[in-house]
Amino acid sequence: MREFGYQRAHDVSGAVALLGADPDARFLGGGTNLVDLMKTGVERPARLVDVRELPLGRIESTDDGGLRIGATVTNSDLAAHPEVRRRYPALTQAVLAGASGQLRNMATVGGNLLQRTRCGYFADVTKPCNKRVPGSGCPAIEGEHHNHAILGASGHCVATHPSDMGVALAAFDAVVSYETADGSGELPFAEFYLPVGDTPHLETALPPGALITGVTLPPAPVAARSRYRKVRERASYAFAIGSIAAALDVRDGVVREVRLAFGAVASRPWRARTAELALTGAPADAETFAAAADAELAAAEPLPHNGYKVTLMRNLVVAELTRLAEEAAR
Amino acid sequence: MATAPSSTYSAITLNINGEKYPLSVDHRTTLLDALRERLDLTGTKKGCDQGQCGACTVLLDGRRAVACLQLAVAAEGREITTIEGMAEGEQLHPVQQAFLDLDGYQCGYCTPGQICSAVAVIEEHAAGWPSAVTDDVRPEAGPPPLTADEIRERMSGNLCRCGAYVSIVQAVARAAATRTESAQDTESTETTETTETAA
Repeated sequence: MREFGYQRAHDVSGAVALLGADPDARFLGGGTNLVDLMKTGVERPARLVDVRELPLGRIESTDDGGLRIGATVTNSDLAAHPEVRRRYPALTQAVLAGASGQLRNMATVGGNLLQRTRCGYFADVTKPCNKRVPGSGCPAIEGEHHNHAILGASGHCVATHPSDMGVALAAFDAVVSYETADGSGELPFAEFYLPVGDTPHLETALPPGALITGVTLPPAPVAARSRYRKVRERASYAFAIGSIAAALDVRDGVVREVRLAFGAVASRPWRARTAELALTGAPADAETFAAAADAELAAAEPLPHNGYKVTLMRNLVVAELTRLAEEAAR
Repeated sequence: MATAPSSTYSAITLNINGEKYPLSVDHRTTLLDALRERLDLTGTKKGCDQGQCGACTVLLDGRRAVACLQLAVAAEGREITTIEGMAEGEQLHPVQQAFLDLDGYQCGYCTPGQICSAVAVIEEHAAGWPSAVTDDVRPEAGPPPLTADEIRERMSGNLCRCGAYVSIVQAVARAAATRTESAQDTESTETTETTETAA
């Protein structure tokens, strides 16, 4: 590991000033991803600015009935919060589906959004990777890609975003707040992650040196009936091979409002807006659910070894919407 | 902690099991390596060293964490509890006793991490935290019973290559039950005392 300087920030403006415009400096939250990547040499910062003690550890209701979640709230505290469990249960389920109890106690909301892909080529500094070394190539396309992207990828990178939490945030139209030396700003979740294109090393729309200060969930009554389901290769403590956050409001057998987002299928949490459009106002039955899934997945471009994800996501859409519709009918 | 930005080491004090340990650390030092290599607290074990096995589980401010991904310099100011701090003198922690009584291990290498994790699991459950196998996470649904499935999910961050999981689940269940009983005993004792005082 490269030697590095360490400073602990106590307020937001101080943290932003400490980081400065230094491309070799990184904010340190829980460290569950960054420290791991530093050990393997993927990340080689010259300085760390520890932001864990910033006063950003609260979850508060907003005046309009949403929630504002501070960037240093741990995954554990987010999942356990009564208002998250009551108003956005799929968010609690998504967070609890990720990592282990130990890691959830360390990991922060801000860091979760900025965690890197678990693509094996990205993690192995002896291999080419366009995300790690722009222009070096993508061995995954011809190599090991059974858990890589089927949606929104490019010929430059087929890595997936590993977050579970982010899938629920995508479904609930979260807004990411940040601070820079020039002031504060906001990014809607739909604009937070950049398209892959030919620049897979550029992952978010955050300005250089920006510190994420929090995530705001707008009020979403539909989210009170929501679920997160994660499919993985063992029963617990593994990354998803496919996951879904779903929320459904059904009246008189007709879909009034629906939210759908997919995980582990793209470089970012994938909001399934095409499916939502097909579902809204349509009968809440398995046939409609399957047709909506097919409409969303028509854009899928599976590789030789990850075509199963198309079927998996279709099945997840039908299963979770069916379950939510049955719960609504009770 | 006065540290020049260019410095790559710091003089820190770690608070471990209620004792203060001053030491100078290279910033690259993880809490795990500081415990084992610098402070002779070798109860905390190194398994994968990448946050995947749980052998290095300790408590930070009462919550379980993996010491291999925790930088020592960033742990300054926090209350660190390791396996060495679980017993009270010769009196084993109820979780330690349950692991002994029910053979919750074979080779023992993962055991300190399993025990630290289990201590925290029991507290997390008592605090009403749901888990990934909790069917209804809404607060109105109340805390889920600590079934074997709940224990397996909550303990899934601790791997055991010997495969002692069956006994580990039983040990955690017994320790959790012991905690509940002693909490009820305390309540009834308090009630008795109150009654006596009233009398």
